Formats: sequence, C-alpha cells, structure tokens
Amino acid sequence: MSDYLDQLEAEAIYILREVAGQFDRPALLFSGGKDSICLVHLALKAFRPGKFPFPLVHVDTGHNFQEALDYRDQLVAELGEQLIVRSVEETIVRQKLQDGKGKFPSRNALQTYTLLEVIEEFEFDACIGGARRDEEKARAKERIFSVRDEFGQWDPKLQRPELWNIYNGKIDKGENVRVFPISNWTELDVWNYIKRENIALPNIYFTHKRECVLTEHGQLMANNRFLELDSTDELVTRNVRYRTVGDMTCTAAVESEAHTVDDIIAEIKLAKISERGATRMDDRISEAAMEDRKKGGYF
Amino acid sequence: MELLRFFTAGNVDDGKSTLIGRLLYDSESISTDIIETLTRQSKTTGVNADIDLALLTDGLRAEREQGITIDVAYKYFTTEKRKFIIADTPGHIQYTRNMFTGASNADLAIILVDARHGITDQTKRHSIISSILGIPHVLVCVNKMDLVNYSEEVYNEIQAAYKAFAEPLNLKQVSFIPTSALAGDNVVHVSENLSWYEGPSLLGFLESVSISEQQPKEEPRFQVQYVIRPQTDELHDYRGYAGSILSGHFQVGDQIKVLPSGLETTISAIELNRQQVQEAFRGEAVIIHLSEDLDVSRGNTIVPIDQLPSTEKSLEATICWMDNTPFQPGQKLLLQQNSFRTKAVLKELSGKIDIHSYEQLESDGSLKLNDFAHVTIKTAEAVSTDPYTSNRKTGAFILINENTNNTVAAGIFN
Repeated sequence: MSDYLDQLEAEAIYILREVAGQFDRPALLFSGGKDSICLVHLALKAFRPGKFPFPLVHVDTGHNFQEALDYRDQLVAELGEQLIVRSVEETIVRQKLQDGKGKFPSRNALQTYTLLEVIEEFEFDACIGGARRDEEKARAKERIFSVRDEFGQWDPKLQRPELWNIYNGKIDKGENVRVFPISNWTELDVWNYIKRENIALPNIYFTHKRECVLTEHGQLMANNRFLELDSTDELVTRNVRYRTVGDMTCTAAVESEAHTVDDIIAEIKLAKISERGATRMDDRISEAAMEDRKKGGYF
Repeated sequence: MELLRFFTAGNVDDGKSTLIGRLLYDSESISTDIIETLTRQSKTTGVNADIDLALLTDGLRAEREQGITIDVAYKYFTTEKRKFIIADTPGHIQYTRNMFTGASNADLAIILVDARHGITDQTKRHSIISSILGIPHVLVCVNKMDLVNYSEEVYNEIQAAYKAFAEPLNLKQVSFIPTSALAGDNVVHVSENLSWYEGPSLLGFLESVSISEQQPKEEPRFQVQYVIRPQTDELHDYRGYAGSILSGHFQVGDQIKVLPSGLETTISAIELNRQQVQEAFRGEAVIIHLSEDLDVSRGNTIVPIDQLPSTEKSLEATICWMDNTPFQPGQKLLLQQNSFRTKAVLKELSGKIDIHSYEQLESDGSLKLNDFAHVTIKTAEAVSTDPYTSNRKTGAFILINENTNNTVAAGIFN
C-alpha cells in the first residue's frame, strides 16, 4: 500500500471501527459538508454490508444552505441509516439564549449548546467529526480520540498520550470522546479522495451565479434573509463557489469558475489563501479563537 | 504518491520550530493569510527579524506565551514527489511523553543539534528514544551553521562525536546534514555558504530517502476490531471479522489459528473496499471470513498456523511511564495492544534505563513520569505478541489506569 490516499483511507476506517468496538452509543456528526460526506463514505467501507453502528446527527443552525439540507435528506434516504436532527433555534428559545447579532448574525458559537444537549439526550459517549488538523493551529494539537469532560470541554494541557495506532477511549459516565478519523487529511487530500472515489457533493461546491455582499475584509457573503444590511452595503453578482459549507451567515464564498472536481483541485493547488482564512469570519476574532471555543465544548 | 511521516526533536533554542517553519515557508506551503497573521504576531512577540517562523507551530496560547512547544503539533505539506506529515514534538525533558507520542508512528526522526553546542543531553535522550522506538531513519541536522561561520571542521567534529555516542544504540540508519534554518541555508535550497557539503538539502533528502519498511521476514498478523453481522433476511448467515492487516499478507485458503483460543480453521473469503479479493496486505482495512463458525471476538488475533507469536500471561517489556502520578505497587491496570484489552498488573520492575547514557540501572522500585524501565507484566488473559524489534504493531502496547482511565505508560515487548 504505497499510495498515500490508500494509507489515509485505511487509517480512517481503522479509527471508525475502533469507535464501533469501544463505545456503546457513538454518533456521527453530519453537517452536509464535504468532510462529513467523506466520513459517511468511509463508514460505508468500514461497516457494509452491515448497518452503521451509529446514527447521523445534524445540528441544524437554521442558517444552513438549502442545497446542503436537500443533499442530506437524499443521502440519508439512499443509505437507509438513521438521522437525528436537533435545532439551534429550539435551543435558543428553550434556554433563553441571546441569538447572534450584527450584520452577519452567526450561530456558530450557539451550535455548542445544541450539540451538548443532543449528547445528553441520547447519552452519546463518542461523537465522530470531520475536523482536520490542517484547518487551524489549535486543531493541529488535538488528538484523534479527544476526551471531553461532562461539560464537553477540551483541556489542551491534559491530553492523553496517543501512541502508535492504539486509541484509549475509556471514559467515565457523562464524559464523551470526540473522534476525528480524517485528522491527517488536508483540504487537497479530501478533494483528491472525492475525485478518486467519485463522491457526489452538494452543488454549492461548484461554480454558480450568486448575489453577494462585499464585506469590509473583501469577503463575499451570500445575500440571504438573515443578514442585516444597510444602505451602504454593496451587492454584487459573481460566479462563486464554497470551499467550506457552514452557515450562510459566517461562511464566505470564493470567486471561482470551477465546474468539476478536477477544476477545484487545480484551483486549490494555486490558492494563496487557506481554507478557513478564505471562508470563515469566526476565526478573525483572536489568535486563540478556536482554542477557546474548543475549551468551551465546541467541536 | 508516497507518504513520509517524520518527527522533529530538539527544543526551541535549537531552532526546531524555525526549521519546520522554514521548510513550509520555502516550499510555499503556507498561505498568505497565515503569513499575514504571523507578521502581525511577530511584531509583538517574535524574536526574529522579519517573521518568527516558530509561531507557525506553537498553536496553543500557553506555548506562545512561554515560547516553548508543550504538545505535539501536526503539520502537512506536499511536494511534487511526496506527501509529508510532520509531528513537531517538544524537546524539554518534562514533555518527554509528548515526544514519545509524536515519534511512535514516525518513519524518520530529525534530531537537531546546535552547531555551537554540539551533542547535548537532549540529543542523547532523543536518540535513545528513537532507538527504543525503532525509528527506521535518524537524520542529525547540525543547525545554526551561520553562527559557526559555516565551518566544515565544526560539522565534522559533531558528526564524529555523534557516531561515537550512537554506536551502542543500534540505530538502523543515520544521516547528517548541515543547515541554518534562520538563514534558510540547505533547508529547501542547497546553499553556497555550505559549498563544501556535497549532499542534498534537507528537503531533497526527505524527498528521496527510502521508506519501504524493510522487514526481512514479516509474519502475517491480523486482529479483529469489530464483528459485522447484518442479521437481515438475505444476509442471515453473514459473519465478517473487520480489522486491519497488521503485518505480512493473508490469502483465501490460508490455514489460520485464532488466539488466544487456539482454534484452527481456514480463511474462506476476504473483502476489501466492498469487493471480494484473493489476498490482502499490510495496512489494508479488510473483512475476513472463516470457514467455520467459531467463537471469535474483538481483540482476537488471527495468524497462520505455522507462524505463531508468543501467547502468554507473563510478559517481558520495556515501558515509559507517562502519568504525573508515580506508579503505585498493586495498581490496577489495563493493557491495550491495538484493539485487545485485558486486566494487568506490573509484577516486577527489573531495571531502569538512564535516558541520558543508555546505562542499565538497578531498579529502585519506583516509576515516575518519563522513567524508562524493564518490567514483567502479568495479564488476566494471554496476549499474543511479537518482539517490537521484529513487529512494531504486535510488539507495542499501552497501559491504562483502570481508575482514572488515563494512559499511564507506553511499552514495547522484548
């Protein structure tokens, strides 16, 4: 097995099977983005012809792209697997939380509340996610089996040593483990894998015409009903695609003419700006934004 | 394209993080938004001239505050020739366990030596750990050559001293490269300042070093991770053992033994990638089917009937203690080898290794954080093992404290 994609794939399948073997009530967090779509594809390879030993869980912020939701529903229907959807909107009402404010009212941080609620409701002991270490420097430090306390918190200074491919998922009741099978994949690896495996994606990953707001940082935000625009905002229509599929309120589009996966791979190879840098507004706040969110229970 | 996993050892003062930063920067693996952030940060905290490349890898707030690496950071880059995974590991002795973590999976170790100081205690410690972990290649990077006027003589002296020190360590393959990470000499581009040096740059070396693990006689080993039983009408009798081939290769028709039960049967089918295959090789994630319906469960090992591992309840091993709390005699432990877990106790501490001299010391009965010791472990169930020197998969294990759930030690079977 000399090809790196084969090695990354085998490593991810091994990790998924460790989750199945070590935990009583695991779940796969599914966002409709390319990374979690790859996880589903890997789970098929790990467990078919059996059923997945976990449900798919979607934390619905209410700010999702319709294309991603449609894709989710179609995929779940084809797979015949269980999908659990929990809504951030309902958490906000129930817990009387302050909704996102400002021009781009992000619910990114509010997802944590719903995530912790759904973990408690179903007593999930492991949550599989598609986070990658190349995305961000705090993620680069996180273990593949990342133990969280009963508040969902990550303690970067007290991580368990993780040696060879031996994963220690032993926890007490109330704690849970976040598991990242594609930790060692880069954005480009994901796209090369999508190409090789011929994996279908929501169409917003490919170029399309869209009306956008040009932000002060030069980012293109899709014009949508959640934005609080004022008269000085400039609306432009551009050929764009999404490099990441998060919320409409915090994920920016990039200008692109990429119609195919091959076009996207060529584009990423030339891209001068990182995936999160190009598309995320939430990491601009401080140098340690992600570290702080993870300490608070975020993915 | 091939994948090379390497780790770097050495502390910030040796320029380790700067070296990695340079490797990423000069190979154009860093995006402009990250460079912008770095430039901004470097102005306030950085110690170097333009941008402080060390800030690239020190991802935690505490690390940036203290200017040291505390935990392993993983970095990725790709060239035309290879994909690389870097585990950037801490050098300070108090974080030895984190270094062990980053090193355990590596094909290659880069050990940094400050040209002004030569071989230090730290160099020795990192080399000894590389030796214990059986890292296939060790690359000694003599860094900060700019601060010794790019002297060939200094480089040669360090090389000779290292060879003399490392002789008893049985390192598999050792190479040397002179560099200046700060100035960019010989990291990505061969440097005129080092015109007397005729070898490749660091990147050139990493792109060309042979990484096909040469195992003279690799014995076939498979461990069950998960049993797949769909229990549907059309797949009523389907029973597949999912797991990865740990070493060697298996084929349909092989006569095998299941351990520790000792039951024998043959392989009736192998699935890879949701298709039937005739044979499967090391590293592949497969589903194996057996001719007979035996009692086989998670953690069981499958081997050919004529190439058996040792299957015992009393095991000789070398361990590195990783818990902040020292070992307590009688402590209840779990031993985990890949997916197999069983209750265990440390029966005998038969000796310690001085991690700076490789000297074998008498045991004083204690085991503290970062201690290396030879031990005898008794387990509730028999464990199927091979010596780590001949099999890095079945020869490695961790110990878990049953009470705290922490991973308290990493070990290799002798």
